[in-house]
Amino acid sequence: MHVSPKARVARERPGFLALAFDRLGALVALMMALALFASPFVTYRPNRIAGGEPRGLLEALPALAGIGILGLMIGIAFVAVWLRKPLIRLTAASLGLALLLPAIGWAARFVSPATNTFARVSPALGFWLLALALGLLLADSLTRLRFGPWERLVSLAIATTLLAILLMSGAWDDVSLVKEYTARAESFWREAEQHLFLALGSLTAAVLVGLPLGILCHRIPVLKSATLQILNIVQTIPSIALFGILMVPLGYLAATVPLAFAIGIRGIGAAPALVALFLYSLLPVVANTVVGLDQVPALVVDAARGMGLSRRQQLTQVKLPLSFPIILTGIRIVLVQNLGLATVAALIGGGGLGTFIFQGIGQTAMDLVLLGAIPIVVMAFAAAVILDAVIDLTSGARA
Amino acid sequence: MIEIDRLTKRLGDTLIVDDVSMVVEAGTIAVVVGTSGAGKSTLLRMINRLIAPTSGRVLIDGQDTMSIPEDVLRHRLGYVIQGNGLFPHRTVAGNIATVPRLLGWDAKRIARRVDDLMTLFQLDPAEFAKKYPHELSGGQQQRVGVARALAAEPALLLMDEPFGALDPVIRNKAQEDLLSIQRRFGTTIVLVTHDMEEAFRLGDRIAVMDDARLLQYGTPAELLTRPAGEFVERLVGTTERPFRLLSLTKVKDVVEPGTSAGQPLDAATNLRDALSHLMWCGRDTLPVSDEGGALLGRITVEGILAHARQPA
Ligand SMILES: Nc1ncnc2c1ncn2[C@@H]1O[C@H](COP(=O)(O)OP(=O)(O)OP(=O)(O)O)[C@@H](O)[C@H]1O
Ligand SMILES: [Mg+2]
Repeated sequence: MHVSPKARVARERPGFLALAFDRLGALVALMMALALFASPFVTYRPNRIAGGEPRGLLEALPALAGIGILGLMIGIAFVAVWLRKPLIRLTAASLGLALLLPAIGWAARFVSPATNTFARVSPALGFWLLALALGLLLADSLTRLRFGPWERLVSLAIATTLLAILLMSGAWDDVSLVKEYTARAESFWREAEQHLFLALGSLTAAVLVGLPLGILCHRIPVLKSATLQILNIVQTIPSIALFGILMVPLGYLAATVPLAFAIGIRGIGAAPALVALFLYSLLPVVANTVVGLDQVPALVVDAARGMGLSRRQQLTQVKLPLSFPIILTGIRIVLVQNLGLATVAALIGGGGLGTFIFQGIGQTAMDLVLLGAIPIVVMAFAAAVILDAVIDLTSGARA
Repeated sequence: MIEIDRLTKRLGDTLIVDDVSMVVEAGTIAVVVGTSGAGKSTLLRMINRLIAPTSGRVLIDGQDTMSIPEDVLRHRLGYVIQGNGLFPHRTVAGNIATVPRLLGWDAKRIARRVDDLMTLFQLDPAEFAKKYPHELSGGQQQRVGVARALAAEPALLLMDEPFGALDPVIRNKAQEDLLSIQRRFGTTIVLVTHDMEEAFRLGDRIAVMDDARLLQYGTPAELLTRPAGEFVERLVGTTERPFRLLSLTKVKDVVEPGTSAGQPLDAATNLRDALSHLMWCGRDTLPVSDEGGALLGRITVEGILAHARQPA
């Protein structure tokens, strides 16, 4: 989706409705065509693990509604291919999503037989392709609009609010994923909380340890190369292996040190997961802290010294503020990475949303897999947007 | 007063500063000139202990700098670093306020001081106080660097090529401002420059360095009339010599009795400017008046030229 500045300039011609072919738009339109004419919109199953019957868009909705949506989507595809004004594209994409998202709830209600409460109607390839295409168009138009950090945060807040409204309004109550959720709302929130605890807890620990360690490495070059090499090696251990490796010493610790057992340390469960995530988090935090501190111009540090700032003052008043955006970038990497990696914790009894994914895979229950996966993707996405905005805000004024 | 006593800096086998001794009297300006790499910055940075000397010592008002805690010493010595070194994350006002803040001045006093300094250096506080260094031109940045060094009203000031990036007009103005500040507060200044014009204009004494050694330390007139060796002679400029000498003397010191026609010259003008003026008007002589306009006598081209001659 990257558009080089030159290409961008060439593309944005004057004329509000001037027609001009757009390659990304063509891809979007192709995906939409595939979704509308060659893929099922929803899948109907008599119960949650039974085989499914595909239903096209026109079968899944009342005739008039189906035709209306079909027409509108074709219109949006046209905009994607031929109209270059980012604002028009943004409007088209938003309109498409505003139509598509409630439509899936409506389709679920329409397809479900009133008599079978076990019946499941889930979004099928057509829906996902449409959502992906519209999402792509939306992201592309947002990139071209070059929103500032505040605008991006506000956009995220609006999108989140609209999603929450959709969820709470009951419009999606007949979609199988929501049914899956309703059936296990309690454990969903427990595991979501655990997931956040694993991701944020390990991040907090990594910052508390990594920041001072990074500062130390910045001061002592020998320590720097050694530390970064070790952390680099840790980073290459596959996550499941690292989780496994940690079970041994932690299990031993729990068995031999009563205090360790008392504070909840076990060979399996949250403890090895937290420790593994913490170890993975250290490299980005330490490396970015070191890089951030090292890149502060020598002249600026020299000036600080010349004006009589103590070493501590140089660090807190000059070096850390100047490396803050880079350190935050490390934290952003860790947060997004941990939200994803925490999934694996479920395999060693550490809980988290991965629980649903692995259960779902075991039972070949796709809805259950999605119940775990979608919130993880949403959280990682939101974390990335928020931290990117914060990074822009902290580095904005000084460039 | 700054006494530099046999100061030496050695790095491995190379001498960067070699046995330099000089005294900067209180309330005077010493200018250090010399080729690039001569060790000027190193000398300056040994005064505020940014660089530890290999041997020798520096006394400030009779006190060995080694006996003063580093930060206390540096708070006392204003320092304009070569290449300005402004803090990119702080506004102009924040940069200037650095040392006063370290010294714990109250906010009102800091604000007043920042305002005064910005006005003095022709940076309108309303326009520039909230700007960040990267939003300023090189010359503006340099002026902020100088203002920052002056913020805590230091009695001693170390300046490393402070006016290098300024255009001639602003540079002239900045030099004038520095002189007037220096006279008003009796600041003792050590200033490094490449610009001989600047050295002669600002220096009560000029130190010439080459290849780590101090070749000569004397008044501008001494450098011109009794250069210690060929290097100094070349540096002060053989063709420029008479004109530089003239610029060191004021009209009031060579005024002759008598009258003359024409617009009177100000007695505070230096001889070089006076000569230039006479040549431009095509006159041999002009009357001289003091600030109040009272006639003091006259000045002649011949009288001026007598001062441009090599002393016997
Ligand atoms: N940290 C250092 N390590 C090695 N050599 C150094 C170091 N600092 C300075 N030098 C060398 O010492 C010599 C003097 O440097 P210095 O910065 O004092 O020169 P300068 O007279 O200020 O030059 P310029 O006019 O270019 O600023 C130079 O040859 C320089 O290469
Ligand atoms: Mg220098």
